[in-house]
Amino acid sequence: MRILVMTKPVPDPAANAERLGPDLRLDRAASPTVVNGNDEYGLEAALQLVEAHGGEVAILTMAPASGVETMRKALAMGALRGVLVSDDALAGADIPTTIRVLAAAAAIQEWDLLLGGLDTSDGAGGAVTAGVAARLGLPLLSAAAHIEPDEAARTVRVKRLSAKGYDLLEAPMPAVVSCTQALGTPRYPSLKGIMAARTRQITTLSLADLGADLAPADRQWPSRVLAVEPPPSRAAGRTVTGDPASQAREIADYLADRRII
Amino acid sequence: MPATLLVLGEVADGHLTKLSAEIAALARGLAASAGGQALGLVVDRAPDAAAGELAAHLPRVVSVALGPAADEAWAPHAAAEARRLVGEGATHVLAGVTNDGRDVAGLLCGALGWGILANASGAAWDGDALVVRATVLAGKAITRSTVEAPNAIVTVSPGAAEASPLAVAGSVESRSPVGQPVVPAAAVLDRVAEAGAAVSLEEAKVVVVGGRGVGGPEGFGLVDELAGLLGGVTGASRAAVDAGWIPYARQIGQTGKVVRPTLYLSLGVSGAMQHRAGMQGSEHIVAVNRDPDAPIAEIADLFVLGDLFEVGPALAAELRARRGG
Ligand SMILES: Cc1cc2nc3c(=O)[nH]c(=O)nc-3n(C[C@H](O)[C@H](O)[C@H](O)COP(=O)(O)OP(=O)(O)OC[C@H]3O[C@@H](n4cnc5c(N)ncnc54)[C@H](O)[C@@H]3O)c2cc1C
Ligand SMILES: Nc1ncnc2c1ncn2[C@@H]1O[C@H](COP(=O)(O)O)[C@@H](O)[C@H]1O
Repeated sequence: MRILVMTKPVPDPAANAERLGPDLRLDRAASPTVVNGNDEYGLEAALQLVEAHGGEVAILTMAPASGVETMRKALAMGALRGVLVSDDALAGADIPTTIRVLAAAAAIQEWDLLLGGLDTSDGAGGAVTAGVAARLGLPLLSAAAHIEPDEAARTVRVKRLSAKGYDLLEAPMPAVVSCTQALGTPRYPSLKGIMAARTRQITTLSLADLGADLAPADRQWPSRVLAVEPPPSRAAGRTVTGDPASQAREIADYLADRRII
Repeated sequence: MPATLLVLGEVADGHLTKLSAEIAALARGLAASAGGQALGLVVDRAPDAAAGELAAHLPRVVSVALGPAADEAWAPHAAAEARRLVGEGATHVLAGVTNDGRDVAGLLCGALGWGILANASGAAWDGDALVVRATVLAGKAITRSTVEAPNAIVTVSPGAAEASPLAVAGSVESRSPVGQPVVPAAAVLDRVAEAGAAVSLEEAKVVVVGGRGVGGPEGFGLVDELAGLLGGVTGASRAAVDAGWIPYARQIGQTGKVVRPTLYLSLGVSGAMQHRAGMQGSEHIVAVNRDPDAPIAEIADLFVLGDLFEVGPALAAELRARRGG
């Protein structure tokens, strides 16, 4: 079982310090960086699958050169090697470009399953994993809550989150899967894992290495942020104290005044 | 060339979703101000009812009955139908911020190379370019973004526009399917509904939400009881979902559902940014929490400082008493 996981470095949501810079792009210096949450769920699922079936997990990232630091965290969890696509021409790349680059890089790796996140916690576009499947012409099993390959049959089954529960999907491998929190909590890297990650190989590829000049000639992406503003503040209301029975009366009065009850 | 905006309709239980009707209203407004057109697409096993409902909001709707492909993943087929309409002149595709809508948006982005404007909470033209508003970075900022190109894919969040039917309903054109999905479509072997998931959280007028504070699956008994008394639906924070106390389909927030009910009532929810992203559009917010510094106090209309295991039952008793009297 060979599994390639697309892992994007994102600002750590726990640090709560994400912001856009004066150029209206993500200010990468403002916040510590982690592997995107949904990608980590995918990575955990991938590691469990190779533990059960044998094989190897590799990771694929498109990021500035500093992306290797975040990739080491994924390697420390147990991924064996990494591929980093990094090129000055990709600064500020838009979603279709990200899709083209990741698909081109994935196409020259060997794998049975390609995992990505359902979406990212910074951009939250939720389009890249499906877009890569479209570029590669492979089945997309999205919003996965459980992944179960059958190596002998060369198929994979996925429980896909639906509005009411889940759908059970099946497709031939190779296939692309988008991953969610429902796959389960990722492991913490062990000390041994952290040590091992230092020596694991990260191959850096430029656009030229991918054999295509994927960037528009003028290096201007048509997708742009024009303006940014703070979210509207919602004024805090009233604090209700007192004994529970009087608090309950006050809530009920509030609801009755607004004809909710 | 004037814009032609294609609205991807979604169907739940045979009917058009509220979000799809809102997107139709948004597209119609954009078409009117650009001197262009808006049209709808419904792709389903039995699309007729929903196509008729979408035609109440749009002058023209294409309806495609899937046939045997209805037992396969929906998005690759829906994307193929959308791509056919792009071939016939659609310049913009608008889909909802749902798992299905995002799958179609992503597949089309990969297939067509068009730019995506994600999570739109509003949209307007700047010349020929579409400019959308979106909340980004876990609610920390609102951006206005554009794709400077004649084509774009837009994913639209709930509440971006108010649905308003046309005076005269539009026409529905039934077509047979393209047949060739955008990518090989996975087979759907089974569809499983989890307990209590029948009522749509997004469409509920009252949502009662339990967080980590309810302490365990039993704690949701109290949440369900209050939801029942208020004619509402039970929701949850991610902490409660991750703990396995309640299915994911109940999660509210950035990675769950976005709700805009008349009343949002929470028990034991701290109100983290990612949770707020799914509920801050609620009309009235009432929160029960024993920590005076819980962030939800910053946005609650009524912040009830106390133990939910005392306030909750007292509120249930009060609601029962008022109902009886
Ligand atoms: C990328 C990302 C996406 C996320 N997406 C979501 C999302 O979609 N939805 C979501 O909800 N979260 C999401 N989160 C998680 C979010 O950051 C919070 O961790 C989560 O919302 C906390 O849930 P909670 O409020 O139930 O728990 P806690 O933060 O632990 O709060 C529990 C609250 O209950 C109160 N309490 C405890 N006992 C009692 C009692 N007896 N009586 C009264 N009050 C009591 C406490 O004072 C506390 O305020 C996301 C996080 C990340 C990083
Ligand atoms: N720069 C990137 N490098 C690696 N993977 C990425 C990158 N951007 C997006 N992805 C993958 O695509 C998923 C969805 O991202 P998005 O569509 O941007 O929300 C992520 O969870 C990743 O798995």
